[in-house]
Amino acid sequence: MTTAKSERLLNLLIAMLVQRHYVTKETLRRVVPQYHDDSDEAFERKFERDKDELRSLGVPIEVGALDAFFDDELGYRIRPEAYALPEVALDADEAAVVGLAARVWQNAGLASAASDALLKLRAAGAQVDPGGLDVVSPRVSAPEPAFDPVWAALSSRTRIAFDYRRSDASEAEARRVEPWGVVSVRSRSYLVGFDRDREDHRVFRLSRVVGEVRTEGGPAAYEVPAGTDVRALASRVVRDTDPFAAVLRVRRGRGHGLRTRAQAVAPLEQGWDRVEIELRDLEAAVDEVLSYGSDVIVESPAILRDRLVARLEALVEAAS
Amino acid sequence: MSGSSAQLRRLLTLVPWVQAERELPLAVAAERLDTTPKQLMKDLNVLWMCGLPGLFGGDLIEVDLEAAEDQGVLRVSNADYLARPQRFGAMEAAALVVALRTLRDAVEPEVRALVDRTLVKLESVAEEGAELADRLDVAVPEADADPRARQVRARLEEAVAQQRRVRLSYWTPSRDETTERDVDPLEVLTGEGAEGKDYLDGWCHLAEGRRLFRLDRIVALEVLDVAAEPPQLEPLDVSAGIFQGSPDAAQAVLRLERGARWVAEYYPVMDAEELDDGGLRVTLQASDPQWLVRLVLRLAPHARIESPAALAAAVANEAHATLAAYDGT
Repeated sequence: MTTAKSERLLNLLIAMLVQRHYVTKETLRRVVPQYHDDSDEAFERKFERDKDELRSLGVPIEVGALDAFFDDELGYRIRPEAYALPEVALDADEAAVVGLAARVWQNAGLASAASDALLKLRAAGAQVDPGGLDVVSPRVSAPEPAFDPVWAALSSRTRIAFDYRRSDASEAEARRVEPWGVVSVRSRSYLVGFDRDREDHRVFRLSRVVGEVRTEGGPAAYEVPAGTDVRALASRVVRDTDPFAAVLRVRRGRGHGLRTRAQAVAPLEQGWDRVEIELRDLEAAVDEVLSYGSDVIVESPAILRDRLVARLEALVEAAS
Repeated sequence: MSGSSAQLRRLLTLVPWVQAERELPLAVAAERLDTTPKQLMKDLNVLWMCGLPGLFGGDLIEVDLEAAEDQGVLRVSNADYLARPQRFGAMEAAALVVALRTLRDAVEPEVRALVDRTLVKLESVAEEGAELADRLDVAVPEADADPRARQVRARLEEAVAQQRRVRLSYWTPSRDETTERDVDPLEVLTGEGAEGKDYLDGWCHLAEGRRLFRLDRIVALEVLDVAAEPPQLEPLDVSAGIFQGSPDAAQAVLRLERGARWVAEYYPVMDAEELDDGGLRVTLQASDPQWLVRLVLRLAPHARIESPAALAAAVANEAHATLAAYDGT
């Protein structure tokens, strides 16, 4: 069954690919032997389905009038330049870099898309083995389960719906979204898209999507507005504040996480060091320094010190 | 994807590939196409019946089925019209372009020029994919953005392959101290745990036990000229998460206010209970009390230890000691 259908699809594809002009449906029926036993009705049905199946595989079937003056008879063709991968002409080191880059993906969806693409380059004669390159690639993981379905929907412009829980809410809420982009800010992934209920764009953190991502309707259902800068939209929500300089007193042998990022470390009296460091985002800096307890004491800036003391006092008060 | 769609997809790559290589081992082709040699033989049988319209003798694609069956070698000819693979799909192109852009940002300047050149060439054959790639970027774990950290991983992987002992300077954040340990490496685990970190699984001679070491906490690494001799150990099963803990280890109950709810997303909690004020009561493994004290300090004042009382007291003591250091400043 599978074999017969594959033969039919491949012969149909070849028949449309090798013709210079549009070919009528009747001609295709005649030259593809796997259609010969079909009634008119069965053929019509099969032919439509076969075209859809080829298109879903990315085969660009064009429809056009056979005659420039009479457009009542339609034909089909596949232009080789629209079908085939153009010449890429990668030098050996460039091909190796592509092979190396494909290893970036640890996530299933992107890894398989990249390896399919790599295989096409191989089939086009490129040697994409990164063996000779003395470079270690970074590895990217997309641990959020929502990443793959969101990315697939984004690629095909398919609407999606999912349950979303804001960090300050206990109940998840149903959201209906047209995905515009997936962006990472400070190692977290965000979906930027048009929220169909709020009728405006919104930014969603992928790790807060609860349960399944469902598709709604088919592909190519919407357009991403021209000039949309998804990165700018995301970073407006996820603000990265200006860095500021801080001076800390750190017990010797402690605060390693801060020491590795320090600009300067100088010994002080009695087992303490003076550590100069650039920090970002006041609250995140308070969090980090707090976690070291009495091993790290803030000298400056005053706002960091005051904020830290205030939070510790609130902790002590709540406990008593 | 239906069986025949998948089959056709393989064939549209296989035919140009075999023609480009002239001949190709069946096993290699099957592996790359993510299928079995047996399935690939079935695929070849499809080709046998295909060719130019008319399908007379000279029109058919020529497949050397005998060579495939007897010698495991693929040969295909008389299919010039399928001499090139299909164009990249949008997702395929985007996956490559985003991978290259990610690589570009993470390599040394000498390599960057090469990556840039490659990107220009690839983007020229992937218009739609390049546009899609503009709408996707991905998080490179901080440790991996740093070429030095990747070097650590590469050297450890080499030590695993060559079965050599390593000497680590290893930072333990819960105690905030650095220790030197000789470790017989077993395996490098990538992207594990809630934060997708890399770990070294190995036999630690200091602890005289099997330990996991987070790669981004290895301060210094030396590959020793000593053969690794770990005891016989089962491969680690990380399918259920990397921190399994022992079921009888001490547990702690934490009360998290709204602002600290994220803890339940980040750390493996054994139990979570919604509270009326929008907070969350979670139970978690307290096998490392110091870690827990530090976590609660970090969250101050949005988290509280409900039990055990000794841990709650430890948090209070540390808070008082810290506040005392600010007295008079």
